[in-house]
Parts: sequence; C-alpha cells; structure tokens
Amino acid sequence: MTDLSVAKTAPTSGFDVAAARRDFPILSQQVNGKPLVYLDNGASAQKPQAVLDAMDRYYREMHSNVHRGAHTLGDRATTAFEGARETVRGFLNAESTRQIIWTRGTTEAINLVANGLAPRLKAGDEILVSQMEHHANIVPWQMVAERTGAKVVPVQVTPDGELDLDSFNSLLGDRTRVLAITHVSNVLGTVNPVAPLIEQAKARGVITVVDGAQAVPHFQPDVQALGCDFYAFSSHKVFGPTGIGVLYGKEQLLEEIPPYQGGGEMIERVSFERTTWNTLPYKFEAGTPAIAEAVGLAAAIDYLDGFDRPAMEAAENALLERANALVETVPGMSIIGTAQRKVPVLSFKIDGLHPSDIGTLLDQQGIAIRTGHHCAMPLMDFYGVPGTARASFAFYNTLEEVDQLFTGLQKIQRLFA
Amino acid sequence: MTASKQQFLDNPLGSETTLDDVLDAFELLDDWEERYAYIIDLSKQLPAFPDDERIEENYVHGCQSQVWLIDHFDEDSGRLYLLIDSDAMIVRGLAAIILVALNGKAPRDLLTTDVDELFEQLDLFRHISPTRGNGLRAMVGKIRDIAARQAA
Repeated sequence: MTDLSVAKTAPTSGFDVAAARRDFPILSQQVNGKPLVYLDNGASAQKPQAVLDAMDRYYREMHSNVHRGAHTLGDRATTAFEGARETVRGFLNAESTRQIIWTRGTTEAINLVANGLAPRLKAGDEILVSQMEHHANIVPWQMVAERTGAKVVPVQVTPDGELDLDSFNSLLGDRTRVLAITHVSNVLGTVNPVAPLIEQAKARGVITVVDGAQAVPHFQPDVQALGCDFYAFSSHKVFGPTGIGVLYGKEQLLEEIPPYQGGGEMIERVSFERTTWNTLPYKFEAGTPAIAEAVGLAAAIDYLDGFDRPAMEAAENALLERANALVETVPGMSIIGTAQRKVPVLSFKIDGLHPSDIGTLLDQQGIAIRTGHHCAMPLMDFYGVPGTARASFAFYNTLEEVDQLFTGLQKIQRLFA
Repeated sequence: MTASKQQFLDNPLGSETTLDDVLDAFELLDDWEERYAYIIDLSKQLPAFPDDERIEENYVHGCQSQVWLIDHFDEDSGRLYLLIDSDAMIVRGLAAIILVALNGKAPRDLLTTDVDELFEQLDLFRHISPTRGNGLRAMVGKIRDIAARQAA
C-alpha cells in the first residue's frame, strides 16, 4: 500500500510511555472531574491518531467500492483494502493473503469456522474447548453440536487459572474432531501453551481453532509457528477500529469448507441453474466489506510495528508486577488467575464487595474497569463468583495509573468499612 | 415464609425516612465519597428480604447485579407497598432512594412521581439511564406497571 501507508518510523530501543500516550487523543480527558484512567482495554482498546488519520484520509481521498475496477477511486480503494490484507498477513506471518478473511470480528470468524466444519461433524464427535473460553468460543460450537449431534467438551482449568493439561490429555481422544481454544484468557490473562496442544491435536488429525482476541493486543502471534488451522482476532482490541476482524485459515481447509454467507463478491458466476464460488479469500466475503476499517486496522498494525516490541512487553509486565505487589495493600482483595504466564490482566474480588459496587465507585474516580461475568459464565461458575472486577492494561497505561487504581480501591474499602 | 403484610408496613423507607430527608441530606454532601457513603448508609435501611421470595418471578434482570422486588397492595388504605433487594450495595442504596419516593403511596400518586427527574436532581441519573445494565431502570418500570394495574 505504497501511497497510503503511514510512514513507518524505525523501531527505537526502549519504550517511552509518555510519548505513546500522546498518540491516543482520547486518553487526555477528564471523567467525573478526574483524569481518565482507562483500564478496560480487554473490552476494547483505544485508537492512536495514526488510525484516526488513516480512516479520515481514506474517506476524504480514496473511498469507493472495491474490486469493481471501472474508475480511479475504485482502484485506490481496492489498493488500500488489499494492502491492508497484506499488512495483516505480515502481522500473523501467514503464507498468503488468500488465507486472510475479513470478518466483523472474532465472534463472526469463529461462527464462520463452526458452520464451515458442521458438514464434517456427526453424532458422537467431540469438540474440545476449555472452561476459560469466552462465550464466543463456546456458543457457536454448541449451536453446531445441536445441529449435528456432536458434543462440546470442556478442558478443565486449575484453581490458579492454568489450563489443566491432565484434563486435556485425557479428553483429547478418538472422538475429538475439533480443538477450539483461546490463546489468552480474557478473564484470567493466562497465556495458554497453544503450540504443544495444537501439535498433539494435529497428530490425531484434529482441526485446531485459536481465539486470538486477547493475545494480539499484547504480542504478535506467528500462525505458521503455532501450526493452527484457524486463528481469529478482532481489530478493536488491537488498537484498530470496531466492526472488522480477521480469520486466518489453512488454505486447503478454506478451499474445502463451504461459504458462510451468500451475496455479492463471494460468487464467480450466478445463474438460476448453478452458482459457483469466487476464489479465496473472496469466497467468504459476501457483500461490500468494511473498507475503511480494514485500512484503519492496517494503520494500527503499522503503528505497533514502530515500537520496540520486547521493550513494550517488558513495560506491560512491569504494570502487572506492580499491581500484583499492591494487592496486599487492600485487605480482603484476591486475584483470580495467577498463572505463570500472563498478559497484564487483573481479575479480582474484594471480600464483602460486589464487583458492580467496585466498578461504580472507581468510575467516580475516573477509573474505568470492567465488572461482571466477562462473557465467561462457565469460568465464573468454576470460581464460584457472580462476576469479577477486571483491570486490563495496555502498553499506554502507566505505573502511576496502577497506583491510582489501588488508591481508589483503598478509598472504596474505607467507604464500606 | 413469604412476606407478611407487617413486613411491608415496617419498611422505614418512605415513612420514617422521607424523600425530603434524602434531598436535605444530599444538599450537605460535598464530594463523591460523602455521597456514596450516604447511599451505602441508606442501603442499610432496606428491610430484610424474605429468602423464599428470591424466585424467578420476583427477579428483575440486570446485567451485573441482581435485583428482587415484591409488592403488597393494602386494600384498606389503598396504598402500594414494596420490598426490594439486590446483591450489590450501591444498587441497594439507589433502590432505597427509589423507595423513599415511591413506597406506601396510592398507585395514582406513585404514577405521577418522576423518578428520572429525582435522579437527575440528585446527579445520579447515570445509574438509572438505559445505558446501565444494573436492573434499576427495569425495576422502576416494573413498579410502575404494578401501580398502573392497581390504579386501573
């Protein structure tokens, strides 16, 4: 996307959080009379100026429908759109752009795969998920199971919030057809060891699907190294716009599975006798796509490329470490999810306080967190809680903000004392 | 045991604690900490909610917190009495404010009380706005439906 891409700056070593924050206009505002402390990044991340500019410029200078080819604007839009696909291919290290399918988000991507695999499933087959899945990686499989007679089987989680590997080993069996697992838990922050699980599953001919929604904001997945058949993520969690997401798939499987939706773009030829499908990736992209959003997502990925990623990850880890160290300053506070490998996500409870009370009173102090079941009710049941409070950090959060969270929690606790 | 008539009549919210008490108290509260400390205090005035009334029929669906609501219409006085509970303290306190405004009123009077306006006045509107999934808005709707049926 030569004439469209945001100028890439060479990665600088180290990570300057103050400079990074200046790239996010929304962060410099007051909420309830206090400076905004945005710790709900797991729900949706904020957008850098580069993304806003790329989308604005797209609409001002090059918008038209894509793949129609009759005029100059159409060419510009198509070049930007397909350039964005190439950027995503690079981000995931996929072999080819034919494997990069635009979807509305992770949820639609998983629904596409589940529906595509349905014809292969029959009564008695098992779809292995885990107890820490987001509903988006449970319900589509349940719907397909209902249609086909297959069964959705959950791999257990340990009290620490690790995937229980004994449970995995005992459940991965002759009946397993699909392994659908999250790369990173949205509630616990656990980074699952997906590569060896995929390897074990592949050895048995099991199709593997990875929900990458919570992974991509924190590290870059390499789909070839992972070896998964499918990988899904959402743009809005990786600092891009809402309304678009990505499904990566192994080319042979994408060729084999049927289209998800019918309409324009996804066809090669339509007649009332016989309609044939377009080639990959267009076979799965019925209707006019989210063009500006694709351009915005590519700008977000380019923006992230400008950073020294290891330094950025180290800064994120420092946020989590500081938070962990401060837990003992709030009596009755305990962390849910203490896995060895975590992204900076802190789910917690405080004895005697309802998560909704915590969320309401932090909001009064300008601090945004998420409270509730996090679309992971089976996991809430496992921990025996109605919900948790969750602070989820991004690279633009500061150590001072972590301190403010805990000062806020201490104040809340005094109110209830 | 299910709630007795006496349990409804013993609810201090709307009788011993009046709407004027709450409005006066709010006048004196300076910052969010004082305001919410007062809301938490109010939550403690909610009478115990009978355990066997915590059933689906009395459940008001909210996204984050649970709310239960039962009512008793006193034929003699023509007044409608309410009991409310929630698992979240702030929601309980806000429910208490709703009760001082609505509890023990004749259905027709209840229906002319504008809860939205009251919450605007107290700068608490965001808690019952449609964007908050805490069940309070649904609860006010349910109370008004009950009153409308009695008033019909």
